[in-house]
Amino acid sequence: MKRRQFLGLLGAAGITATLGTKAQAATGHTFDGYPDAKGVLFDSTRCIGCRKCEAACNKVNKLPAPAKPFDDLKVMDKERRTTAVAYTVVNKYAGKKGPAYRKLQCNHCQEPACASVCFVKAFTKNPDGSVTYDASVCVGCRYCMVACPFNVPAYEYNDPLTPRVMKCTLCHPQIASGELTAPGCVSACPKEALVYGKRKDLVEIARARIKRNPERYQDHLYGEQEMGGTNWMYLSGETFPTIGLREDLGTTSVPTMTSGALSVVPMVAALWPALLGGVWAMNKRKDKVAEEEQKAAVKAAKAEVRAEAAAKLAKELDKAEKDKAQAIEREVKRALEEAAAAKKDEEGA
Amino acid sequence: MTTENNKTLFTPVNIITGIFLAIGLVITVLRFTKGLGGVTNLDDNNPWGIWISFDLLCGVALAAGGYTTSSACYLFGLKKYHSAVRPAILTAFLGYALVVFALHYDVGRPYRLPYPIFVSPGTTSLLYEVGLCVFLYVTVLAIEFTPALFEWLGMKGLRDKVMKLTLALTVFGVILSTLHQSSLGALFVAVPSKIHPLWYSPYLAVLFFVSSIPAGLSMVILEGTLAHKPWHHMMDATYQEEHDGVILGFARGASMSLAAYFCVKLVALAYDNNWSYLATGWGAWYLLEVLGFVALPSLLYAIGSREKNITLIKWTSGLTVLGIILNRFNVSIVAFNYNLPSSQRYFPSWMEIGISIFVVTVGVTAYRLIVSRMPIFFEHPEYKDAH
Repeated sequence: MKRRQFLGLLGAAGITATLGTKAQAATGHTFDGYPDAKGVLFDSTRCIGCRKCEAACNKVNKLPAPAKPFDDLKVMDKERRTTAVAYTVVNKYAGKKGPAYRKLQCNHCQEPACASVCFVKAFTKNPDGSVTYDASVCVGCRYCMVACPFNVPAYEYNDPLTPRVMKCTLCHPQIASGELTAPGCVSACPKEALVYGKRKDLVEIARARIKRNPERYQDHLYGEQEMGGTNWMYLSGETFPTIGLREDLGTTSVPTMTSGALSVVPMVAALWPALLGGVWAMNKRKDKVAEEEQKAAVKAAKAEVRAEAAAKLAKELDKAEKDKAQAIEREVKRALEEAAAAKKDEEGA
Repeated sequence: MTTENNKTLFTPVNIITGIFLAIGLVITVLRFTKGLGGVTNLDDNNPWGIWISFDLLCGVALAAGGYTTSSACYLFGLKKYHSAVRPAILTAFLGYALVVFALHYDVGRPYRLPYPIFVSPGTTSLLYEVGLCVFLYVTVLAIEFTPALFEWLGMKGLRDKVMKLTLALTVFGVILSTLHQSSLGALFVAVPSKIHPLWYSPYLAVLFFVSSIPAGLSMVILEGTLAHKPWHHMMDATYQEEHDGVILGFARGASMSLAAYFCVKLVALAYDNNWSYLATGWGAWYLLEVLGFVALPSLLYAIGSREKNITLIKWTSGLTVLGIILNRFNVSIVAFNYNLPSSQRYFPSWMEIGISIFVVTVGVTAYRLIVSRMPIFFEHPEYKDAH
């Protein structure tokens, strides 16, 4: 391979590596839902609270029979939520225009909180709009239940070893297999309070109803924007909080909320080793410099001491020399004196 | 106190330990025969209880002493803290091991706990990040702990090989700790509609990470204090000499990091313009947490380290640890589902509390068994000055 060819290939490889694929979790991209996704429009002004949808849901999903039969309307005196054995419930609320009913089930979010927070990908947003759950990988952490802003998923708390998360599937398995053409609840509704269809058509239908009867409806299609949009949407004559639908959820989807925290991960992994390694290297260098300085100081001190000692020695030697000279001188002097004295004695005698 | 052969096993501490362990085993049988519904007060609206709030959130935060102490000693060059590293690593390792142990009770299918990493990784989930980091960090801590084990077993070759990894393991440990300490807070970023605005913040990740630093430092102080009496005879001269220095240094660090945490708390409050909530009942509870368990210990630590008041510092470490526990409970239980009527709110069953006590008892027992035998508070005579 020629050098130029090699460099060319290298460049191409570099560009591919850089442009390859986008890390989707960390980008602010928007997802407007699958184009042909279906959903359901619930019209609270048409709902009479007959609970036929609940009965149909129970039947098509082969759920256990409830303690009180479905034609017992007294159960609606208390506000209920979905459970592991009831994927949908209808609640009765006291509205300004009389009793108002609202059906509750999974809203099949366009960007589902449950799916984005699941750490084993047990939830799938299907192209038909439904959000389904796969029990075969579920660990049972229940983060999906914590994360769901509508409090929908329920859990088999009394199953000791194989509990599942239970929720509405929009009858995805039954429709996919051809067993049903529309969700069980929709087909069972005697008042056409439920419409099953493409989500974008449902939005049009809802707008047309509001336009035709502005005094009958709140001017808002609940679920069109909430939490990034849902495939199950609601029309109401009463304000939405009156029928138990929170208006303070905002329009940001959960994946968007958590993308910031997720985007920090590669930065921490990339920057921490450099920063901490740098701090470590600086401290090591500091220690080394300190050690060298100490060595140098010791060396200098030693040299000084040695020089001092030498000087002292020289001085001592010098002194000893002088002492010796003096001693000799003294001895000579004394010898001379003694000699002189002896001479004197001889002379005197 | 130690279970030495020449003493009786039936000391008061051992008897209490035995009772807690026995109760725990009974509840364990109930949990795995009757399901979560049989032993907990969890329900569809309250899927997470104290096994998450205490065993996971508090457990991980209070085990932060491992990465804070080892990075202070090995990365920031504070070698005078060296004798504090081994006890801190041991506590962290036991803490994380117990977090993983406790999760086996909480998740519905504990035999699938490896799934997020090995079978079906859900990489968009912050819980996946927590799971992966905790899995890796338990491994790191286990390796960091092995030198004490190898010294005890007399396996010099292996011990020396592991010691060479110290720097790499310490850096890796800090990365993993930064990620999962913060992700535990970020778990709750997904639920702005369920947590009271005073505790919800887009900065929850930062808040959890920053608060883990004083939590870890305070646990090292507290643990040293509690261990001092029963294992005094196991502590060598170096440990004893450095002990007060470690306490003073860590108190200064805890004071500063608590002050930083207080500032981040203020930023979070201001960012969402939540000042008006301070005048409500929730506000009073929030102020108690932030002033009484963050600002106050920061101040007390500062006074304690300035006046070299070891007693004050020790009490302050307990206050700080309580504050961290209070914060994690506030985010995950007290302020969670604040908008639901009180009849639908969660309060733990006695069996949930029983399992949490059981888990802590298992940890304390393992700690007692290890420090009475292995070179934790003293340097092994054959390896003196070998680091």
